[in-house]
Amino acid sequence: MINWQVVAALGKRYIYIYSRNSFRILDIVFWPVMDLLVWGWVSAYMMTSQKGLPQMATFLIGAIILFNILLRVQQGITVSFLEDIWSRNLLNVFAAPVRASEFVAATYLVGLTQALAVMCVMSVAAYFIYGFSVSSIGWTLIPLFLNLLMMGWSLGLCTTALILRFGNQAEALAWAVPFLIQPLSAVFYPVSILPKFLQPISYCLPAAHVFEGMREVLQQNKFPQEHLIAAAVLNVIYMTLSGFFFAHMFKEARRKGLISKLVV
Amino acid sequence: MSTEPKPTGQNDENPVVVAEHVQKSFGKFTAISDVNFTVKRGEIVGLLGANGAGKTTLIQMLLGLLSPSSGKIRIFGMDPEKDRISILRRANFSSAYVSLPYNLKVWENLDIFAGLYCIKNKKEKIDHLLELFGVKHLKTRMTGRLSSGESTRVNLCKALLNDPEILFLDEPTASLDPDIADKVRKLLARYREEHNVTMIYTSHNMRDVEELCDRIMFVAGGKIIADGQTSDILSKFEEQSLEELFIKIARDGEITTLGGTNEETAT
Repeated sequence: MINWQVVAALGKRYIYIYSRNSFRILDIVFWPVMDLLVWGWVSAYMMTSQKGLPQMATFLIGAIILFNILLRVQQGITVSFLEDIWSRNLLNVFAAPVRASEFVAATYLVGLTQALAVMCVMSVAAYFIYGFSVSSIGWTLIPLFLNLLMMGWSLGLCTTALILRFGNQAEALAWAVPFLIQPLSAVFYPVSILPKFLQPISYCLPAAHVFEGMREVLQQNKFPQEHLIAAAVLNVIYMTLSGFFFAHMFKEARRKGLISKLVV
Repeated sequence: MSTEPKPTGQNDENPVVVAEHVQKSFGKFTAISDVNFTVKRGEIVGLLGANGAGKTTLIQMLLGLLSPSSGKIRIFGMDPEKDRISILRRANFSSAYVSLPYNLKVWENLDIFAGLYCIKNKKEKIDHLLELFGVKHLKTRMTGRLSSGESTRVNLCKALLNDPEILFLDEPTASLDPDIADKVRKLLARYREEHNVTMIYTSHNMRDVEELCDRIMFVAGGKIIADGQTSDILSKFEEQSLEELFIKIARDGEITTLGGTNEETAT
């Protein structure tokens, strides 16, 4: 059961916190645009130095925009939790009538908002700098976005659960987790490039299907139905597992008194 | 959907808090050992004890933030493990060591917590409490720019937003100068008189406890080694002041040296 008034109050709090913290705005505007510039120029250089790679730039720019969605959703959730620790407010929140599910729902909304903001910023920047339009992906962009959103939610929830369990020493995971799975997510290259033994593992990640799907659309203008269904099924499984994992860690935190130890 | 537990404890005769044989262990370390007590409606109970005695552990269990290893806790007749949300709607908490987000204005923080407690007429309620604690002029100030005294009073405004029936106060006057600490004590005493609110109050400030609390519970080594009115406890342990008793318990807090046991304590 979720009380949406509580979720709205928590969401409002994150809006206030984010709007007052210029470093959080950097997460939405500065770093995504930096990524876009670096990878866009790398691909532009490859296009001029090697013929026969006309789609490489499109792939890379599309990939960096979509990867930033995953990254910002995961970080939106985890950093929101860290904001409560840093401001020594976590006990106030959990001593209020806030269910863990309401807390999670509010952080999911923060993740969604960040993802939408980042996608808008990067799409506009990519159009004006490289003439790349995300509309070239067509309506397929919506299921690709939703799949990355769900995967970002799962990763964010697991990262938060680990910080809850292992404390401030696990803070670095907030920034590290998406990059730990990036090599297997086939963001910038197809899964077939990976060593054979790693390919099945890669296909266990929804992101790998999303990026394969994106390349299929851009290269063959074909709706990547199989990849989207596989990603959606995996996401449902991971979201369920991450929910159980968080609930278990929350219970452990209550058993071991870890919530108050995070207030430092 | 689970059925909302029927509120109990509305009758003044029913204890608001009941703890029976409560124990909390972290591995081999026992933080709370076989603690038993009750707290009546409108009573202010001071939890005293040296650092590490188990006061915070006890408060966290009452708030449902920490699960007891064994024993039974009931607040308004409900179990904090199972009915945490129903209890917390009728309770509140303030600690000198817990802050409101520093980069939000005072009224923004209070507005958010009013939302978490689903308060109707939020604006009127916030204005009334800011007025009551003499901090209305700070309404639009950033919380991080408040002095310790101002911050404590704003935290108390947060703690009273939902008209709690029970208030958990963890060293609310820590780091306050004597003048502000006195004002805070008087405000809390006045609030109790007007609202008959139950308070569980931890402090290292003996004056706080003497002035405000109807009853004190001394905690040492995870046990309640004395429970009763200040005068009764002082005469029982043949000490002149709470401060002297506190030092004695902190330095050699063995129950045997003090001549009392958990079962013997007067309530």
